[in-house]
Amino acid sequence: MSYFSDIYKGIKTLLTGMSVTGKYFLTSRKGAITQEYPDNRDTLKMFERFRGEVVMPHDENNEHHCTGCQKCEIACPNGSIEIIWDRGIDEETGKKKKKIDKHVYHLGLCTMCGLCIEACPTDAIVWAQNYENSTYDRTQLTKVLNRPGSKLKAGVED
Amino acid sequence: MSTMNIALSITKTIQDWLIGMMPEGVASISAMVIVALIYLAIFAVAGLYLVLLERKVAAWFQLRIGPNRVGYWGLLQTMADALKLVSKELTGTIKADKFLYNLAPYFVIVSSLMALAVFPFTKEFQAFDINIGIFFLIAISSIGVIGILLGGWSSNNKFALIGAMRSGVQTISYELSVGLSLLTMVLLTGSLQLSEIVETQKDGWLILQGHVPAIIAFMIYMIAGTAETNRAPFDMVEAESELGAGFHTEYSGMKFAYFFLAEFINMFIIAAVATTVFFGAWLSPFGITESLPWLGVFWFLGKTLVLVFLMMWFRWTFPRLRIDQLLTLEWKYLLPINLANIVIMAIIVWLNLTIKF
Repeated sequence: MSYFSDIYKGIKTLLTGMSVTGKYFLTSRKGAITQEYPDNRDTLKMFERFRGEVVMPHDENNEHHCTGCQKCEIACPNGSIEIIWDRGIDEETGKKKKKIDKHVYHLGLCTMCGLCIEACPTDAIVWAQNYENSTYDRTQLTKVLNRPGSKLKAGVED
Repeated sequence: MSTMNIALSITKTIQDWLIGMMPEGVASISAMVIVALIYLAIFAVAGLYLVLLERKVAAWFQLRIGPNRVGYWGLLQTMADALKLVSKELTGTIKADKFLYNLAPYFVIVSSLMALAVFPFTKEFQAFDINIGIFFLIAISSIGVIGILLGGWSSNNKFALIGAMRSGVQTISYELSVGLSLLTMVLLTGSLQLSEIVETQKDGWLILQGHVPAIIAFMIYMIAGTAETNRAPFDMVEAESELGAGFHTEYSGMKFAYFFLAEFINMFIIAAVATTVFFGAWLSPFGITESLPWLGVFWFLGKTLVLVFLMMWFRWTFPRLRIDQLLTLEWKYLLPINLANIVIMAIIVWLNLTIKF
């Protein structure tokens, strides 16, 4: 009789489900996933893949990896990246060479899609994990990613 | 004053106290008003704290923390919510049937508050010990659905109407199971009066006295009771993903709060009936606190809250049923099992196979 075995199976599966949620209920004190945000802002650390904003890391000699190839600017669907570049004379070879003046990043336009970071051939730009990005003035959302006086790290282009 | 003889101690104590100050007629009326106000106050607060309990329990089931900002441990959260709802504008649709629209919340809240009067919280604490107690409870709980139907119909909103009609289908179907499972237990007690049902359980709670059929009846009662209160997994009435808020989509402010509060008081009522009929109401296990009758309130509320927790556990575990699954469950499973269960119980009572201590 499938009628009675249906009832038996039904009750059994319902009890299985209840035991699962019951376990969650009992362990909820330890495993609560809620972040009590403003209270724990000192200790709150975002996970590695969190997309806060685009930054350009510089090393201790104030050198970055950006060659000014503009692939990120082309990849960006919103036009949040503008690269202001110039041709300068390379000291070693004496030839004219492209280098960045300003890597301008409009955080206000950015949708955090990450296409620029995927497009970058030299890993010059990466995601930062900061999450408190609101400002009182929108002009502060336009950022220059390369620091003043910084230059391309030698050997990146090779 | 023949009807007043039915009313038990709590009304009588207050009445005796008042008779010293005023004529008998006035005293009995004021006693009734005072008792009504006490019950109203207690259950406004109880309803609010049940909402808080639900939110906390839901949070723990989902590995969250739950409300913890208003007051210590969030204890004043629902009070603040109620205050907010009181201060809100009462909106409505232009083409709503104004009279029925305004009447509906009162139907729902009055019917659920009326049911509270008959519960034996402890030996002396029962406002209205009527001799058809269980029958009265079933009859009163059926009135609530009229309020839901009125609310859905008069809102002039398609979602509200669909929700209300589903509620009608659901409540009328599951009423049968609630009634029949309680009837199974009435076979054991031989009385519908709640105080006498409690009296019978001094030889062991009915769920032990009736053993197998009593346990089956209890399971059926809890399933049908959850469906009666329109809670998940039977919340077809206000299926959020399909119907907005269901029958109370167009209600705001205090009128919405009435529906909301009534839902939680109904949950308390279903659990309290189960406590009274299956788990010995205010009787302590093995009579350990028999010498202190006022502790009965503690036992009654304790057992009720355990059953309320069980219903919350259902809610946060099971997915919502489709309307055809809902009706299949009632008409093809619960009802036939229930009818067979009554026969089994009758045989057990006839052959005197009940377990008594």
